[in-house]
Amino acid sequence: MKRIYAREQYCINCRLCECFCKTAHSVSKDIIKAHKTEKPEPVSRLFVEGDNMLSFAVNCRHCDKPACVEACITGAMVKDPETGIVINNSERCVGCLSCVLACPYGAVKAGNIAYKCDLCRGEEMPACVKNCPNRALIYIEGGSER
Amino acid sequence: MKYVIIGNGAAGISAAGAIRKHDKKGSITVISDEPYAAYGRPLISYFIKGTVTQDKMPYKSPSFYEDYRIKTVFGQSAEKIESGSVVLNSGQRVEFDKLLIATGSLPFIPPISGLSGNPNVFTFLKLDDAIALKKAVKRDSRVVIVGGGLIGLKAAEGLHAICDNITVVELADRVLAAVIDKQGGDIVSDHLEKNGIKCITGNSVEAFNNNEAILKNGEAVGCDILVVAVGVRPNVRLAESAGISINKGIVTNENMQTSNPDIYAAGDCVESFDITDGSKRILALWPNAVRQGIIAGSHMAGGAEPAEKGTMPLNSVGFFSLNVMTCGITDPRDNSYETIIKTEGQKYKKFVIKDDVLRGFVLVDSPHRAGLYTALVRDKKPLSSLSGDITEEMGLINFSKDEIKKKIGGGEIQ
Amino acid sequence: MNFLNPEFQIIRDKDRCIKCGACVRQCSYEVHVSDKDTGELYTNDINCVACHRCTSICPTRTLTVKKNESVYRESANWTSDYINQIFRQAETGGVLLSGMSNPQPYPIYWDKILLNASQVTNPSIDPLREPMETRTYIGAKPDKIEFDSNGKLKTKMPPQVKLEMPIMFSAMSFGSISLNAQKSLAAAAQQCGTLFNTGEGGLHEELMPYKDCAIVQVASGRFGVSKEYLDMGRIIEIKIGQGAKPGIGGHLPGEKINEDVSKTRMIPIGTDAISPAPHHDIYSIEDLRQLVYSLKEATNYQKPVSVKIAAVHNSAAIASGIARAGADIIVLDGFRGGTGAAPVRIRDNVGIPIELALAAVDERLRSESLRSKVSLIAAGSFRNSADVVKGIALGADAVYIASAALIAMGCHMCRQCHTGKCNWGIATQRSDLVKRLNPEIMSQRAANLLTAWNHEIKEMLGGMGINSIDSLRGNRLMLRGIGLSQKELDILGIKHAGE
Repeated sequence: MKRIYAREQYCINCRLCECFCKTAHSVSKDIIKAHKTEKPEPVSRLFVEGDNMLSFAVNCRHCDKPACVEACITGAMVKDPETGIVINNSERCVGCLSCVLACPYGAVKAGNIAYKCDLCRGEEMPACVKNCPNRALIYIEGGSER
Repeated sequence: MKYVIIGNGAAGISAAGAIRKHDKKGSITVISDEPYAAYGRPLISYFIKGTVTQDKMPYKSPSFYEDYRIKTVFGQSAEKIESGSVVLNSGQRVEFDKLLIATGSLPFIPPISGLSGNPNVFTFLKLDDAIALKKAVKRDSRVVIVGGGLIGLKAAEGLHAICDNITVVELADRVLAAVIDKQGGDIVSDHLEKNGIKCITGNSVEAFNNNEAILKNGEAVGCDILVVAVGVRPNVRLAESAGISINKGIVTNENMQTSNPDIYAAGDCVESFDITDGSKRILALWPNAVRQGIIAGSHMAGGAEPAEKGTMPLNSVGFFSLNVMTCGITDPRDNSYETIIKTEGQKYKKFVIKDDVLRGFVLVDSPHRAGLYTALVRDKKPLSSLSGDITEEMGLINFSKDEIKKKIGGGEIQ
Repeated sequence: MNFLNPEFQIIRDKDRCIKCGACVRQCSYEVHVSDKDTGELYTNDINCVACHRCTSICPTRTLTVKKNESVYRESANWTSDYINQIFRQAETGGVLLSGMSNPQPYPIYWDKILLNASQVTNPSIDPLREPMETRTYIGAKPDKIEFDSNGKLKTKMPPQVKLEMPIMFSAMSFGSISLNAQKSLAAAAQQCGTLFNTGEGGLHEELMPYKDCAIVQVASGRFGVSKEYLDMGRIIEIKIGQGAKPGIGGHLPGEKINEDVSKTRMIPIGTDAISPAPHHDIYSIEDLRQLVYSLKEATNYQKPVSVKIAAVHNSAAIASGIARAGADIIVLDGFRGGTGAAPVRIRDNVGIPIELALAAVDERLRSESLRSKVSLIAAGSFRNSADVVKGIALGADAVYIASAALIAMGCHMCRQCHTGKCNWGIATQRSDLVKRLNPEIMSQRAANLLTAWNHEIKEMLGGMGINSIDSLRGNRLMLRGIGLSQKELDILGIKHAGE
């Protein structure tokens, strides 16, 4: 399946991926509204770690054997057998955060429920990849460590 | 090939999926004494609270059994296993080539006088328990919950939404004694108290007379409804009937095969290997059941899912928006362990370290990226190979550059 | 107390700002500051160099860089630039340094030269329908060629280098620019069938895949020069001078000599890399001839040897000498050429415009029958394809571009190359800044620029009714001056518009 990979050698710590992820997961899809007025506040699904010297974005790896799915007590977290995308169904998530505790990449975000990358479901290019100014994020066919 | 699975919980349902992945043709039958499609057992407290309605309980999609061509025998209990068949309570026999016992746990009922046959006494394990309890409890009912473990406290939180008088009585010196240390347990009970749940520790209920629960110290607590939640026991009755070997739970090899090569077992009824302390014990945990179910299912159908290398205690649970995470050894018994504690308000982080390896941790109200710690415990990662102070904050940044590259990939991983 | 008046002012539209802090993290000059307690963003305008990294990265286009409205009392003589320069020198007692090219309002002859187009007779050519040749060969050409009875070439041809377009990337050393920047140029050159130039910095091992499109430079410091280095290049270029700082050597400060630069330049880490003003072994044309032939000898006469000089008052005579010294190529670098660092006074006051030098040199070489002995390459601020066409019509075989290529890769001409803080990852060795320049992206942008210019050159050639770049070279009839004095027209060798 196509996955998002980060190339730390080109990550410039601008963190625009976080801004555009948050926007992509907002209701308005407007970057200014998403950050300034929208309630509830949209949540970015990825983390940029590090500083200007070394930084990289951490996205869900959409593992072949996702620990988050195995840990989910409600069935909200599922790996789509067709697309391979691991999605958390926000309607069903009760916020126990078992997935957060299970993910070996720390890629699931803890809030009142769990939030995670859905590869911008249905979009040809996830928002973080599309808007990375330095191609530090790439969206290509590839495997997962797990 | 005829596959039969007894139990429709996390292990059973995961096994069914894994079997179908490897064997498109064989017949799969799931037997359960509950009349429901598989649901997340821990959801029953949310059901009581009302945040999850009964129609939202099912764990899989409504068409799951149909899509996977799984025959269901629901609402009937398996009575015994003999010569290649499961005998149901109806007397009907279900033949199998490969059988999975995923019968889970039974509630442990302590010796409290006044329990037997009492309609005001409830357990809290299944959806039916929750349905009955929800029906019985009124806003002004006085509920005493015996047991301040995960189940007892989740029951308390759930019931709090529909009832004003809830008391939890725990024998140990703290709540969540099985998974957390004293300091962490006290934060949790303080938080529960703040939210209107009375917590009594170091005490137990000796008797119940439908008006009062009499405690060990002689104190009487007003009580109309008693919920027994002191713990669970592996449900091994059927396994016994099949004559397979049983220790603390059903004994399996690392492919989840029992002493009878055609019979597998998975989930809460199985004796697991705890990689954090090297003990063999019952680890009645959801992810553990799912993994074991997948391994069992795969091997039953001739697949080769990597063997179970052992598991570890792992819990994430929320009480009134306070998240509590525990993993591995949280309260070391001897001083060969180093512990590091970080606190800030309600936030509490405890790390248990031995021989340069993180053996366990507690995170109260600090869930951010907790899974990275879990991975350290599971992988027995030498902490000296990490940079920075991971007890302050943990990220992939603490790993070496090569490890980071491997984890976030550059497309090199194929 | 700081006497300086900020040159620029940053306006932040608070209605649009989402406080993402990208501007804070991206500015190496520490213009943008985030308040630790409130998260509010502020600017230190005094540090702003107008490099526009922040305005470009800002996801909501919140920022505007303006000329500071706070002004000194106006004077055509005492401009704010001169006042600020005095303030700086009064503080430091040092020579003022700057980067990029001469910004002073000297005449730009390209803008006073117009191109011809065919009408009715010698009809124009549509380059989309008919072949149009911009390929050119660099190297000395024989006076005549002879064939044997089988029609095979008897004349031994001096080494030639094929260029798919008459534009090459000028010398920019690894050290003055980042490895990623050099890599981008190298890859673009390879993609477009032209050459890049190592400058006096050696050839980094990561550039080995591009050695076939490298011009390797030998300059007064002889940094990075080895037999292997010479063997790798397509052309060997002896750098005598640079348009931006004629008569001045180079000085790459020790801070920029990191492990990689040190290895490539073959000097210790952290030592200043000083290229002397002259080559200490060249005091005459005869000395130059020795070096030219030493290099030819060292490379078995397989490669053209080029000599690069700054365009100065007596360029024509010097060029004649260089041709006689045996060089295959002469590079003329005009006074608007760029630099990674130069003293401001030198950059702004020394040298002459490339247009005049080029015309004069071409004329001199022709009059001495030396023109075919050398290829002539013009450099020093070719800003667009029309400048290139005019340069070739004035006598160049090809041109060098550098600033234009850097602009394609993000350079906003803030002229702070000498600080090593280039926010675009070009003129810096700081790893946090270098990685901002991704060669995958920037090589394509540089290649796009060449491709676009080549298309435009073909359009202009077609308009003139010319179907080959060779027919344009030195074809001054295609040029007319506008608003130029007779003296200027005479030097340029062109007629005035209307004549």
